[in-house]
Amino acid sequence: MSNGAILPLRLADVSFAAGGRTIIDGVSLEIETGPSTIILGANGAGKSVLMRLMHGLLSPTSGRIYWSAPERPGTPRKQAMVFQRPVMLRRSAYSNVAYALKIAGIPEPQRGALAHEALESVGLMHLAQRAARILSGGEQQRLALARAWALHPEVLFLDEPTASLDPSATREIEAVIRAFDSSGTKIVMATHNLGQARRLGDEILFLNQGRLVERAPVEQFFAKPQTAQAAAFIKGELPWT
Amino acid sequence: MSEALSTALELLVRFDPKLVEIVSLSLGVSLSAVAVATLLGLPMGAAIAVGRFPGRQTVIVMLNALMGLPPVVVGLLVYLLLSRAGPLGSLGLLFTPGAMVIAQSILILPIVAALSRQAIEDAWREYEEQLRSLGAKRTSAALTLLWDTRFSLLTAVLAGFGRAAAEVGAVMIVGGNIDGVTRVMTTSIALETSKGDLPLALGLGFILITIVLALNAAAYLTKELAQRRYG
Amino acid sequence: MDMIRRLLLSVALLAALPALAQEKFIVVASTTSTEQSGLFGYLLPVFQKKTGIQVRVVALGTGQALDLARRGDADVVFVHARSAEEKFLAEGHGVQRFDVMYNDFVLIGPKSDPAKVSGGKDILEGLRKIKAASAPFVSRGDKSGTHIAELDLWKLAGIDIATEKGPWYRDTGQGMGPALNTAAAMNAYILSDRGTWISFKNRGELVIAVEGDKRLFNQYGVMLVNPAKHPNVKKDLGQAFVDWVISPEGQKTIAEYKIGGEQLFFPNAK
Repeated sequence: MSNGAILPLRLADVSFAAGGRTIIDGVSLEIETGPSTIILGANGAGKSVLMRLMHGLLSPTSGRIYWSAPERPGTPRKQAMVFQRPVMLRRSAYSNVAYALKIAGIPEPQRGALAHEALESVGLMHLAQRAARILSGGEQQRLALARAWALHPEVLFLDEPTASLDPSATREIEAVIRAFDSSGTKIVMATHNLGQARRLGDEILFLNQGRLVERAPVEQFFAKPQTAQAAAFIKGELPWT
Repeated sequence: MSEALSTALELLVRFDPKLVEIVSLSLGVSLSAVAVATLLGLPMGAAIAVGRFPGRQTVIVMLNALMGLPPVVVGLLVYLLLSRAGPLGSLGLLFTPGAMVIAQSILILPIVAALSRQAIEDAWREYEEQLRSLGAKRTSAALTLLWDTRFSLLTAVLAGFGRAAAEVGAVMIVGGNIDGVTRVMTTSIALETSKGDLPLALGLGFILITIVLALNAAAYLTKELAQRRYG
Repeated sequence: MDMIRRLLLSVALLAALPALAQEKFIVVASTTSTEQSGLFGYLLPVFQKKTGIQVRVVALGTGQALDLARRGDADVVFVHARSAEEKFLAEGHGVQRFDVMYNDFVLIGPKSDPAKVSGGKDILEGLRKIKAASAPFVSRGDKSGTHIAELDLWKLAGIDIATEKGPWYRDTGQGMGPALNTAAAMNAYILSDRGTWISFKNRGELVIAVEGDKRLFNQYGVMLVNPAKHPNVKKDLGQAFVDWVISPEGQKTIAEYKIGGEQLFFPNAK
């Protein structure tokens, strides 16, 4: 608490309903520092909504979400998010990262070094001056990662970051995520890709029809799933909801 | 028709001083009005696009409707304002280019605001999540979007200019079509038509169309080149 | 409100900069006939050269010009409808009325002359024939001096045009030029002042049908707008214009204005 760390993140009986439908149903969980957490589930399970609730883009219709330290306005955010489709401004790759730093209130003289460091870490320095919107899908997603990571957030949320990418771009992104994980950033990633969950995850949170159905370390989840839904999902039999 | 074309060419080639005076005044008045409408209209459009407030839908509908303000009605209202018998008569603006700029600014402000509102609202749909995720407040997001949608906004500004350069009702009433002072292309065309000098009127019309076309072509090329560079 | 004033003023100053360079000017409300005949284009530069005063003419119909002055938006009026001018004076909006010049009206009509009035010298007879033949007739209908004169002539001819008109009578609500355009397109009769007719270029099949009748006499008058009622009126500059226009020099300049060798206006200041 005193060091300003925002983790652990706690969700207490959180529900979210929209358009007459309950999308998240009574989820309670705690996200701690350390192991990378994968939110696994079929399409329509509610992964994206859960991510947005945790990140703060949506407010729960019932229940509470609280970080261990409050967000102080005027200071850089300690959690960032990368979306399935990257949204870049009509400016250079470098400027997009610098923009994020500017919004966070980083003074101008410091932005250059931080932006360059972020671009280096994803291997995009050679494209720094290129217009961001004409980069390839994989390059834009790497840029989104750089932008999110530039402020060295405590938590990095990723909502199906490789769902729109081809296999080689996917590999590049996974490499970057692994590097960020090693450097100490807490990774919380939503995916429906079993292989990716296995490659990148330390623990699995399995979501089914808006409910947190199972939680286990990654090897245990895949070797010995405790619930029928999890077992069916791993076997690929879960119906599309 | 051919007489009109040859009259137009003759005026241009001779660089007829009266023509130069009239064209300069036309461009000066309309471009000034565009500047005012842009300065006020773009922030207005951005604020409405990004903001959430009661009555927002009503404001949007009204703004769109005001795009169709008849120029002659605007002219009449501004005349009543600026007339000596009116509230702002002491400013002595009636029958000066200043009055024409005011009237045209009022006329095209809704166009610039409504079209920019649409462009920015479309962009907001794309950017909102990401910008909020980065921690941008609404005002800062609006400013960011204004710059990011600059190419679409250029189209809105051009639409405003086109309207201003083409209208005659407002500038006729508040300017008075005074020779050498407030006579612009459109009022000249109206005058020559009423004098029965149709070839001259048509010739002036060709020149007006050519100028507006040239400006639009230049803006379009700029936009194309920039879009290719920035995506 | 103060902010709006300041914003308006700066916009106006920026745009009016070239106009401000001309320090001495007056606004004269006049009629479309005097403007379109080209008289002002000839007359005003002479006045400006002599006095340094720029004359800005706002050309409207007589009724509109007088209304403009009633609101204080003009310094001088220069129109041609005696009855309307007298009313203006009686209301206290003008200082004094002076005769300046006259021209005449002419009855214009199609070469084919369906009402058989061509060559006549009696305007009233001509109007009666037009009504009898239900020949198309274009009226200005805009409270202008010409319109008022036309209505007076119908009355003199014993016709209550308001009730006796038919579809042959086209009330257009336009200035002299546009009305002539309409008459040319319709091959109709129309009452016009000679000055506008002489400089009108889109005649089509129209020619002069009746002229020379004393009742077609058209008197122009000039008045300084009353500074007592409208304090913003530039009374010294305006008076200078009035004085010059009725002076021997001004009168001579009016007489000198010709189109195709033909004099348009005849000075008659007393």
